[in-house]
Order: sequence, then C-alpha cells, then structure tokens
Amino acid sequence: MINYASREINCKLVYYGPGLGGKTTNLEHVYGKVAPEQRGKMVSLATETERTLFFDFLPVDLGTIRGFKTRFHLYTVPGQVYYNASRKLILKGVDGVVFVADSQMERMEANVESMQNLYDNMSQYGYDLTKLPFVIQYNKRDLPNAAPIPELQEQLNPGWEVTDPAKQRVTPDSVNEGEFLISQVDGTWIERAPYMESIALKGEGVFETLRHAAKLVLKSMN
Amino acid sequence: MTGAGTWSLGESDYERINEHLTELLKECNARCALVVDRTGQLLANAGEELSFDPTVFASLTAADFSANDELAKMIGEPEFASLFHQGEKESMYLADVARRVILVVLFDKRTTVGLVRLRVKQTVQDLSALLDEMFSRAPGQADKGGPLDGADDEIDKLFGK
Ligand SMILES: Nc1nc2c(ncn2[C@@H]2O[C@H](COP(=O)(O)OP(=O)(O)OP(=O)(O)O)[C@@H](O)[C@H]2O)c(=O)[nH]1
Ligand SMILES: [Mg+2]
Repeated sequence: MINYASREINCKLVYYGPGLGGKTTNLEHVYGKVAPEQRGKMVSLATETERTLFFDFLPVDLGTIRGFKTRFHLYTVPGQVYYNASRKLILKGVDGVVFVADSQMERMEANVESMQNLYDNMSQYGYDLTKLPFVIQYNKRDLPNAAPIPELQEQLNPGWEVTDPAKQRVTPDSVNEGEFLISQVDGTWIERAPYMESIALKGEGVFETLRHAAKLVLKSMN
Repeated sequence: MTGAGTWSLGESDYERINEHLTELLKECNARCALVVDRTGQLLANAGEELSFDPTVFASLTAADFSANDELAKMIGEPEFASLFHQGEKESMYLADVARRVILVVLFDKRTTVGLVRLRVKQTVQDLSALLDEMFSRAPGQADKGGPLDGADDEIDKLFGK
C-alpha cells in the first residue's frame, strides 16, 4: 500500500515453506542485524516448543526511494501441515513470497507438499504465483545431507510456460551465474522463480534473499 | 500490477478518515481510534498518543479479525461484524468496515461499551461510504502515476543489481 500521507510504501512479504525449514530463523537474523531505528518489534505467536503457531511478524525499513520510506512487513507462516487454516490467513494481501525450502534430502517430500499447498492457497485467493514476486531460498546448505541444487530445482522449481511473446527471450539469472530465469526448453519458453542458497542459522544468504524479494516487490508496483 | 495487496491512500482521504475518527472519539469519549486494513497495515489513528508499537498492533488486529472470521464461518455465520475484548481497565472494540478495513476503538472506564458500539455504527457507515468512493475512483486518477513509476534504476541502486 502506498500511503501518500505518511510518505510510506508498505509491502507484505510472506516467508512460506515446510515446518522446521528455517523461516523463523530468517526473521530472527534480520531482527538481530538491522539497526533498531530501522525495524519494529518482532512478534512471534509460537508454541512452547518455538514452533510457529500463527505467524512471526517483523517490520523493517529498507531505505528511501523518491522520498518514500520502503517499509516491509515480514511474516512467516506456520509450516506444520496441521496449521493450514492459519497459514492461509497470512497470505491475505501478500505482495511477495519467499519459499524457504529445507535442503535436506529427507525433507524433499515435505518441500514439495508445502509448495503445492502454497499454490493451492494462493489460487483460492485468486493470486497467481507465477505473476507475483516470488523467490525460492534453499536453506540449510551447511548440512551434509543437503540435496544437490539441480535436484531441488527439478522438484520445486520446474518452471512454468511463458505465453506472453514479449517475455519470450533468454533472461540470465542475475544471482546464479551461467543460469537463466527464462529460457527455451525443448522448444517451449520456460520461466523459473529466482533462487538463492542460504544457511539461515549463520545468517548466510538471509539478506540476499530479502533484498532480492524486496526489489521484485517494488518493481512490481511501478 | 498483481492485484494482491496493492492500493494507495491519498492525503485528502487520509484527512477525511482522521476527521471521522476525531468526531467518533468526541462523541463516545474513547481514548483512541485506529483504522487498519485487512492485510494488517495501519491507515490512520487519532486520539491519545499510543503507548505501544502501532505497526505490531495493526498486524495483530488483522490476524485477530481474520481468525475470528474463520471461526464465524465454522459456526455458520458469514462473519462477526464486530469484536469486543474486555479488560479490567482498558477495553477494545473492533468493527468491520465494508470488508476492507477494521475500525479499532480503545476505551476505559470513562465510557461504556454500549455507547461506543452505538457511535461506532455511524462511523462505520461514514467510513464505508468514503472507502467505496475511494475504490470506485478511476485508478490512478487522484495520483497519476505512482511514486515508483520508472524507478527501476533507483530500486537497483538501493538493493544492488
Ligand atoms: N543446520 C542448519 N539448521 C538451521 C538452518 N536454518 C535453521 N535451522 C534450524 O532449524 C530449526 C527450525 O528452524 P525454524 O526457523 O524454527 O523453522 P520454521 O520454518 O520457522 O518452522 P515452523 O515454525 O514449524 O514452520 C531450528 O532449530 C534452526 O536452528 C540452517 O541453515 N542450517
Ligand atoms: Mg517458524
């Protein structure tokens, strides 16, 4: 929402993904690293065992553009399958989505299920994930049982067909050198969501993900 | 434009919302009033200075309301148009406005929930009319071109390529 009275641009960014994938850890790192005057309080509605029950919330200022403060409201959803009703509520009015995948091999099925659930919940609101700012974060890259990126890409980010002729041109991936966001595969134009690798527990890749998603959100507003 | 949470609030609309809130506070002797949108963003507030973080308050208000909406559906009601949370000293009354925003009134012993509820009804009507007008206005008419039009370079500069 663009507020001309307070000269603020407010955006809602939702961290989505399977339980224990590292969504809350992403926000905790941002909270710990951003200067207090550039962020608000972090609110976590969690169970006693620190599993997200409803959501985490953290407002951060990411700088000023043309005299407007860009304020991002970061939310995480509860990843546990059981909490779908709450998860869906948090998507209301979303401006951009970060999908935090758990790279561990044995969490592949949970990742796929959560991605499917994201598509389902978005479409129930009439939102199209292929048209909304959307970034995938492959987290826990530090673990020995982390699946290789190509495998994660194949399972979680196979891409969608680009039907708009104006977009049918080879587009390099600015994050992962030598890769493409839009390219032709067997004669069909395919677009994939941008992805980044991370070790949220150590803060690696956390701000890269946030900045990238924030950039896409702001660009979608002009 | 993706059509999810994107809309804008102009200065004159903001002032008109504020006038309605001020009027309401005067009539029901409440402490303060806030308007929060359904995604949890604060649009306006009036009355006493807030002793808490309004951004956090707004996000919790929207979550509270949407959770209660779901509860309403489960028991066969289309919605709960209003919610009342009663505390020992401080209480709050929340009302839906045209399913677009939520009006929150904070009050204490100097008034009663009956009076607040009564006065809020009128404010809800006034704000509904105002919001209908805001949303029916041709898009971009009031503020032709958003502040981010053609700002790609500035965005890149702020966030890195
Ligand atoms: N090794 C490793 N552990 C991580 C990493 N990121 C998060 N964790 C750990 O994974 C566990 C779960 O992290 P959370 O951030 O609570 O996960 P979540 O996605 O919020 O989980 P839900 O709230 O249930 O949806 C915690 O013990 C974290 O310390 C990482 O990059 N590497
Ligand atoms: Mg969590």
